[in-house]
Amino acid sequence: MLEWLAQAENSKPLGLLIFFITFCLIVLWVYGSRKRGERLEEHKNIPFLDEEDEAKEEKHGK
Amino acid sequence: MAASTTAQAEQYDFDIIKKFTVMAIVWAVVGMFVGVYIASELAWPFLNFDSPYLSFGRFRPVHTGAVIFGFGGSALFATSYYVVQRTCQTRLWAPGLATFTFWGWQAIIVLAALSYVTGYSQGREYAEMEWPIDILIEIVWVSYLAVFIGTLMNRKQPHIYVANWFYLSFILATALLHTFNNLAVPVGLFTLKSYSLFSGPQDAMTQWWYGHNAVGFFLTAAFLGMMYYFVPKHAGRPVYSYRLSIVHFWALSFMYMWVGTHHLHWTALPDWASTLGATFSIMLLLPSWGGMINGIMTLSGAWDKLRTDPIMRFMIVALSFYGMSTFEGPLMSLKDVNALSHYTDWTVGHVHSGALGWVAMISFGSIYHMLPRLWNTQMYSTKLINAHFWLATIGVLLYITAMWISGISQGLMWRAFDEFGNLQYSFVESVAAMYPFYVMRAVGGMFFLAGMVLMAYNSYMTIRQGVRQAQAAGQPAAVAA
Repeated sequence: MLEWLAQAENSKPLGLLIFFITFCLIVLWVYGSRKRGERLEEHKNIPFLDEEDEAKEEKHGK
Repeated sequence: MAASTTAQAEQYDFDIIKKFTVMAIVWAVVGMFVGVYIASELAWPFLNFDSPYLSFGRFRPVHTGAVIFGFGGSALFATSYYVVQRTCQTRLWAPGLATFTFWGWQAIIVLAALSYVTGYSQGREYAEMEWPIDILIEIVWVSYLAVFIGTLMNRKQPHIYVANWFYLSFILATALLHTFNNLAVPVGLFTLKSYSLFSGPQDAMTQWWYGHNAVGFFLTAAFLGMMYYFVPKHAGRPVYSYRLSIVHFWALSFMYMWVGTHHLHWTALPDWASTLGATFSIMLLLPSWGGMINGIMTLSGAWDKLRTDPIMRFMIVALSFYGMSTFEGPLMSLKDVNALSHYTDWTVGHVHSGALGWVAMISFGSIYHMLPRLWNTQMYSTKLINAHFWLATIGVLLYITAMWISGISQGLMWRAFDEFGNLQYSFVESVAAMYPFYVMRAVGGMFFLAGMVLMAYNSYMTIRQGVRQAQAAGQPAAVAA
């Protein structure tokens, strides 16, 4: 195993495997849990949060 | 709106965004004018006037530099500084450094254009700048990275919104690409000339590793950052699926770096490398279309906005062109298709369907969204935005249709054999056959440029109106200017 890792040309399939597995884990993390999914989906409202701040400021006469 | 925008001007650093927005419009007019001029030179060669300073070879990098780095780059600086502040609910970190990025970036565009016209080029596509300008780019880019990361670290919002991920990956990847593609040995300290550290196929591979990733991270990922903020914001509804945007981001980031070699099919490059590039290009279709669908479906339930709002129309048509060119790209990366398309005008058409249809149109939509908010006013004329939209759309369609016909004809003529096995057409016959399509392409460019001139006028009048209203209301010059 160590001998295989020491050969430079094996870095390409190794890199591919590492990136592929990492990507699969990300997809699993994103879609694997309904609760986490709901939490992630809440972030989609971030672009509208500063409007809420502005509305509050105007309401308080700032 | 007036009161809230005044509050925003105090809350956020809008001055730097205004500067970059104005220069994005200026460079768009300049770059597109030069583009129309060189397209006209190909149709009517007398326009060269036998002057090396006006020749296609020197003007072409002036065009690409002004539109990609001048217009596209300034639009990205402007929108990224706008989006990162608004989604992190904080002011820009190190505003002095941000101002340096503005002046540094504008100096780079001007110096690059002057060097090309006077005949200095290191001959690397989209990276023609000679070494002293490359060093200046490195300094400005690291400053940009520092401002962006510093602002992210100062955020009041715990989560970093996905648009910022795209912007950050663009900044990081561009730094990496620029550094390695420009590794060169200067001939002397007081000369602009230098020689690449790489040679032969390695040099070609480095060039196209840079070239296609410039498309991937500068012209795609960054503008997707723009899309993920401005499409939901302008539509007034959140992005269709946040989880899809996360997968879109990581899939693009993992895959794009591998595809550059599809530019070097049927060359001295090892066959496995170009096959690998083609394979990843095909796989890229999935995240690209996932992102496009995510953007378009954001409008789900509010499709009527497409009829009534020309800014929304710019954004959705941009996404449609994004989908079309990310379908065409993988198709052209297939070795058999590439054998026909490579070195022909089809490639030029493909690039422009992405550059004009996707990059320019999403930028137009985003700038039209930002302008009234930056200057605390309304757009001067919605009718002019509408006219701009139609001129731009007709221009792109004329351009890419001309290049499709021209490119496929070229490819077929170059590979045609007669009954004796000789080439059926001489090269000059294929050049003569292209003439009507070169005229059509120049006309398409003129339409697009005309739309851009309308935008510049509309923007000027909007800014003037905003400044006058601010002066009349007695607001401080910092907010008005």
